[in-house]
Amino acid sequence: MHSPTIPLPLISRRDALIAGAVTAAAVSSASAPAAAAQPAPPAAAGPRAKLSLNVNGQTHSLDLDTRTTLLDALREHLHLPGTKKGCDHGQCGACTVIADGRRINSCLTLAVMHDGGQVTTIEGLGTPQNMHPLQAAFVKHDGYQCGYCTPGQICSAVAVLDEIKRGVPSHVSADLTARPLLSAEELRERMSGNICRCGAYSNIVDAITEVAGSRA
Amino acid sequence: MKPFTYEKAQSPAQAAAAVARNPGAKFIAGGTNLLDLMKLQIEAPTHLVDVNGLALDRIEPTPEGGLRIGALVRNTDLAADERVRRDYGVLSRALLAGASGQLRNKATTAGNLLQRTRCPYFYDTDQPCNKRQAGSGCSAIGGITRQHAVVGTSTACIATNPSDMAVAMRVLDAAVETVRPDGRTRVIPIADFHRLPGNTPHIETALERDELVTGVTLPKPIGGTQIYRKVRDRASYAFALVSVAAVVQRDGSGRVALGGVAHKPWRVEAAEAAMPQGAKAVTAQLLAGAQPTHENAFKLPLAERALAAALAQARS
Repeated sequence: MHSPTIPLPLISRRDALIAGAVTAAAVSSASAPAAAAQPAPPAAAGPRAKLSLNVNGQTHSLDLDTRTTLLDALREHLHLPGTKKGCDHGQCGACTVIADGRRINSCLTLAVMHDGGQVTTIEGLGTPQNMHPLQAAFVKHDGYQCGYCTPGQICSAVAVLDEIKRGVPSHVSADLTARPLLSAEELRERMSGNICRCGAYSNIVDAITEVAGSRA
Repeated sequence: MKPFTYEKAQSPAQAAAAVARNPGAKFIAGGTNLLDLMKLQIEAPTHLVDVNGLALDRIEPTPEGGLRIGALVRNTDLAADERVRRDYGVLSRALLAGASGQLRNKATTAGNLLQRTRCPYFYDTDQPCNKRQAGSGCSAIGGITRQHAVVGTSTACIATNPSDMAVAMRVLDAAVETVRPDGRTRVIPIADFHRLPGNTPHIETALERDELVTGVTLPKPIGGTQIYRKVRDRASYAFALVSVAAVVQRDGSGRVALGGVAHKPWRVEAAEAAMPQGAKAVTAQLLAGAQPTHENAFKLPLAERALAAALAQARS
């Protein structure tokens, strides 16, 4: 519940939502057994597994609860918070990383399933001093507002350009047997697994188009 | 997620034996559906057998002139395979119409066949669901049913199968190859692979619990114009309201299967005799006996129009 020291007129939207959720829980638990109203105990410690992961060129040895997703291994254990947790269910694309050369949702895979594998995150693409061309293009074209989806958008875009180069077709490719075109329509379709709640889509397409054009 | 132990399988039969030994075990491959369901505790395996290391990731020609697709071939790779694009275009198109680029890179051929329904009541663990908990009841019946099945339903379940890939495999007469713990193999025609809900909607396929899918075979190419037309609420990255997989020959004959309308890819071979007469004649037989709700009755004319559009595309 929100802190009692915060005067009510200044209640934040977040606090209001939390307070609302608590109220809703209290109402819904009225007819439920008393135990159901207690907060859930912390998840019990589970079986563990040892694994090795090469992230951005550096090899790490990890000993993790088997339940640890690749996303949580990157953020919580390797302290690489550039990869974001949005929905945690593979619907938003904020957690997109490049694993063994392919973009994936790091929230929907277990770290242990990537034992011995290579992962590239946004931290591995470029640095503030030496940005990846797509990072620079996102800055130039304002390809974001809040920036939360941006690391996933950029990792996805890097892989999209590679997929087009390799001739991987998409839903909007008119001819399945021809090489896919580098059109805005193709980019929109291929980027549809990355949601931007701020709605920077048109600038994201402009940023990718510029980099794709300069590479062609 | 509930805690689980984990092992990497050494061979297909050994993987099946590992699942047979442990009543709480499940296979994991791409994991894009299973891990999602585990986070929600709709699935709670106590042991995972990771089959990703098995050499089931190749697409090879068969002696009969068709293709054998390994169970672990990723959806991206199957859609992009030159032979599939050339000879089985409806399959490539169906795959590309599903999910996102990230998901297709992980999702496997066998996993796509085995994915669970996206019925919102199956996902809501606060509500009864005969699929999630056998005998608990169906919350979708009498609920919000716009996305649900219109044919082959039962009083226990009106969920749909969410796969696009499986609809194309149904129209191509694919077959599913499996192995058991003792090494015995069998081949299940795709028509018999997915089940209708009946009184046991929690049993979704013909597979035994410890039976591992090793591959899918496609018969030799049948030619024709191959079309997959998917109608959905967004232009991309959404499940089908209705989809049509069609193979249309020059003389107007052909095959058709529907997605988004039933608990399995929906094909009625007898209805295909009416292909030269057009979409209305075909769907009249294909969807005979449909029992839509007032919220999803739109799927019947939508299926007819989607097929009409596919037939027009084939003629053009």
